[in-house]
Amino acid sequence: MERARCLEVIYPELTDKLVVTIMGACAQELYNLGDRDNFFYLQHAMGLASSIGLGLAKHLPDEKIVVLDGDGSVLMNLGTLTTLARYQPGNLVHIIFDNGSLLSTGGFASHTTSGVTDLAAIAKGAGVEHVATAVNPLQFGEAVIEAFERDALSVIVAKVQAVGPDKFGMDLALPENAFRFRRYIREKKNKSLEK
Amino acid sequence: MTLLSVSYENSKVVFEGIKAAGIRSVSALPETWLIHLLQRAEDDMDLELIEVAKEEEAIGIAAGAYFAGEPHLLLMQNHGFLAAINAVVSLAQLYGIPLCMLIAFRGHWGEPYPWHTRGGIITEEVLRALGIPFEYAKDPDKVAKQIREAYTFSQSSLSPVALLLTRDLMED
Repeated sequence: MERARCLEVIYPELTDKLVVTIMGACAQELYNLGDRDNFFYLQHAMGLASSIGLGLAKHLPDEKIVVLDGDGSVLMNLGTLTTLARYQPGNLVHIIFDNGSLLSTGGFASHTTSGVTDLAAIAKGAGVEHVATAVNPLQFGEAVIEAFERDALSVIVAKVQAVGPDKFGMDLALPENAFRFRRYIREKKNKSLEK
Repeated sequence: MTLLSVSYENSKVVFEGIKAAGIRSVSALPETWLIHLLQRAEDDMDLELIEVAKEEEAIGIAAGAYFAGEPHLLLMQNHGFLAAINAVVSLAQLYGIPLCMLIAFRGHWGEPYPWHTRGGIITEEVLRALGIPFEYAKDPDKVAKQIREAYTFSQSSLSPVALLLTRDLMED
């Protein structure tokens, strides 16, 4: 299964949610599907996408937050799963694309490559009740839809191949992304207050 | 033994200063000098307290709170700050995200514990090297104003700002 295909499957569902994606191939593939104001691309600070997601989820209870993470990033901040489990943000869906590789930095094997380390089991052990593993796009799509409908923290580990886009490049300066993302949230809040 | 020397009164003053600054959300990792402060934060129903496993997470949470438009403050020890530097640099400074950090300045003048000393000795130089503006909170009569000003400056400069909580303030 390719991550780009997974993103394509869920892309139409992301229009009304706040999306935080990790750097590299995942960010580029999401961008290639169509950049949106409700997307935040964390182009560095590996491991913190889910922490940003938690900060959003705790302060915006009416929003659905989607974190697009990777095995390499999660391995840099395993504590985040325990913090998520402690606070159980019901509006957060944490998707971990596990390609067993540090693809964006030379494709070296990550600790999950051999299959010994099981991120889904780690999430379970951390205390997350709703954990799914997907190995094909149909399974993935179903797991994501279930997670969106559920009012409880969900972690989905998607087993994907270690492949990425041919070309990299985004017309979006990093501070611009931050300003835009914040403005999108503010305007959405203001609109809901008017109603 | 250590707990007894942490100032209950001044912790209360700092907490009230945080509330008076309009802060509604705090991320933190427990530290001895922060014990009374965190106890108050836990007991305060109007304040969202998120305790992390490692301080780097708190930088991400602070970014999320900022995007959400929620006034947020970080509480940590200076060694926790040192552990969070990549996030401070590559999330907050890179994207222009404000951070209002209250940092327990351990390992300096009067420090009896050897394990705090190296981190304490280099804290100010690290803050300077990172271009992070900082002040020392020593006087309970001034700390509320300092917290308010730290928050204001972080928001206007879109930058991390640090208020160092010193031994004069935090211990009796």
